[in-house]
Amino acid sequence: MGKIWLFKKNRLEKKNDISSGKKVRLKIPYLGFTCLALFFFAVIFADVISPYDPYEGDLINITLPPFWQDGGTTAHLLGTDMLGRDVLSRLIHGSRISFLISVGCISFYGSIGIILGLISGFFGGRTDMAIMRLTDFWMSLPGIIVLFMLASVYGPSAKTLIITFGIMGWPNYARIVRGECLSLRERDFVRLARVAGCGNLRIMFSHIFPNIMNTIIIVATIDVGGIIVLTATMSFLGLGTQPPSCDWGLMLAEGRQYITYAWWLVTFPGVAIVVAVLGFNLTGDWIRKILDPKQKLR
Amino acid sequence: MQGYILKRVIIAAFTVVIVLTVVFFVFRMGAADPVAIMLPPDATPKDARILTEKFGLDKPLIVQYWNFIKNAAHGDFGLSFRYSEPALKVLFTRLPATIQLGLVAFFAAVVIGLFIGIISAVKPDSLIDRFGRVFALAGMSLPTFWVGIMLILFLGVTLRWLPIAGRGSPLHFIMPAFCLSLYPIALITRLARSAMLDALKSDYVLMARIKGVPEFYVILLHAFRNACISLVTVIFSIFGFLILGSVVVETIFTWPGIGRLVIESFFARDYPVVQIFVLFVTFVVVTLNLIVDIVYAYIDPRIRYR
Repeated sequence: MGKIWLFKKNRLEKKNDISSGKKVRLKIPYLGFTCLALFFFAVIFADVISPYDPYEGDLINITLPPFWQDGGTTAHLLGTDMLGRDVLSRLIHGSRISFLISVGCISFYGSIGIILGLISGFFGGRTDMAIMRLTDFWMSLPGIIVLFMLASVYGPSAKTLIITFGIMGWPNYARIVRGECLSLRERDFVRLARVAGCGNLRIMFSHIFPNIMNTIIIVATIDVGGIIVLTATMSFLGLGTQPPSCDWGLMLAEGRQYITYAWWLVTFPGVAIVVAVLGFNLTGDWIRKILDPKQKLR
Repeated sequence: MQGYILKRVIIAAFTVVIVLTVVFFVFRMGAADPVAIMLPPDATPKDARILTEKFGLDKPLIVQYWNFIKNAAHGDFGLSFRYSEPALKVLFTRLPATIQLGLVAFFAAVVIGLFIGIISAVKPDSLIDRFGRVFALAGMSLPTFWVGIMLILFLGVTLRWLPIAGRGSPLHFIMPAFCLSLYPIALITRLARSAMLDALKSDYVLMARIKGVPEFYVILLHAFRNACISLVTVIFSIFGFLILGSVVVETIFTWPGIGRLVIESFFARDYPVVQIFVLFVTFVVVTLNLIVDIVYAYIDPRIRYR
């Protein structure tokens, strides 16, 4: 994958040299990188850096404010919640839940979308038409109704959430992959592969698919931000992960009852969500500008 | 044009029927037994049998399905367990509040979004453009429910300027409507800006300027009318977001609309109401998509003859 990146980057600079006579320098999104680094630091080292067990309460120290306020201690930097659980530790561990759900969703619907898109774009004709009709139909359905149905029947949980997003998310990928595939399949290297005796499957996955990888990386990075917000929203409504999980949306929902005297319980989880989302959105925009200079996507 | 409309109507009707079918089978074959939910814990098996027969749950699935479709065609979707009233009626008594809030948010989003978007395209890098860009990024990245809670915390709890819950005076509208329209404003601003920038670069705008048309008319009559074509879809797609958004915003601000109704019903296991909400949302979204398609074909003849 590293190779693909380098190749595209060089091509971009060369192209700009020729067409406009000057190099277009992209601004590096330092804010986005910082946010993203913070997020991944929390995801990877959650067990090492969090000072307390996120699920274990301490009923003597309930609703302590953050350390800079009267009554707060440096033992609990961002205070504790109504069960005496350390807010900072819960936030750090919450990043893992957001990350796992995003990765779960994207790999789930990404693979459905990519496979359908490849089939649709590669074979064309009736197959293509049928799949694209299905995609149109699917896109016209509002996602929340599926969540309500599944959650009514199987009960709300992280699994239901991932399945819902998985069911609803693939059409976007299918469309984009199909579009790319349509133009790639006419290229010489595909014909040469065919002459060399490659089968359909081999051409699709080892010749066309690597060329679509860039596009998929762009779309997936931008998607992560949206999924983090949606997951938190659903958990906030009670339709997602259930207590005692330390999902950020759930922390907000629990803290909402104490809003009149414990402002930190509703503020910090939101800040965590914003940091994660900003990180992925800004970095995603930057990656898009690098890998997709002609702005085909959006 | 008529053939085009007919085709769209058939596809829309088809969608509604499919969703109706899926809803029936998911709710009937799912884990939740409606009889067990409705009966008190000390009911005898005989009571359960009577209730099962009363609802026709002992009949074969296919007969139940036919009855369900037949009743749905008459607008009968069963009784709400909680209110003992037709589920549709329960939904309709809560609907006006949602529509009121939704329309306020919608018009706010369209007016403010278009205003900022057009001005930032006409004067790039001006103060409004920079503000618009930051606002668009914020609107895209800030989760609606957290913005709502922060508003309650600052304007309601700390400063005590605005009421934090319920519906009654115009003051009650400010926070929920702002919250609900934040994301649509960001979306419209961003897209209006790029659509207008494209339109302003085109030859017909240059031609209009050469003719000596006043700048105001160039922007509004020549550039904006063409930018509208791509904006129509976006503006209609906002309704889809408003439905999800209203569930969130109504829960936060205890606004007595259908979004809060469905959350309450969900946790009270009042499935007929959840079911009617699902069907209603599908119906609204499908109808809106149909309208978009027709409006689109009307304003852009290229679509019709494809």
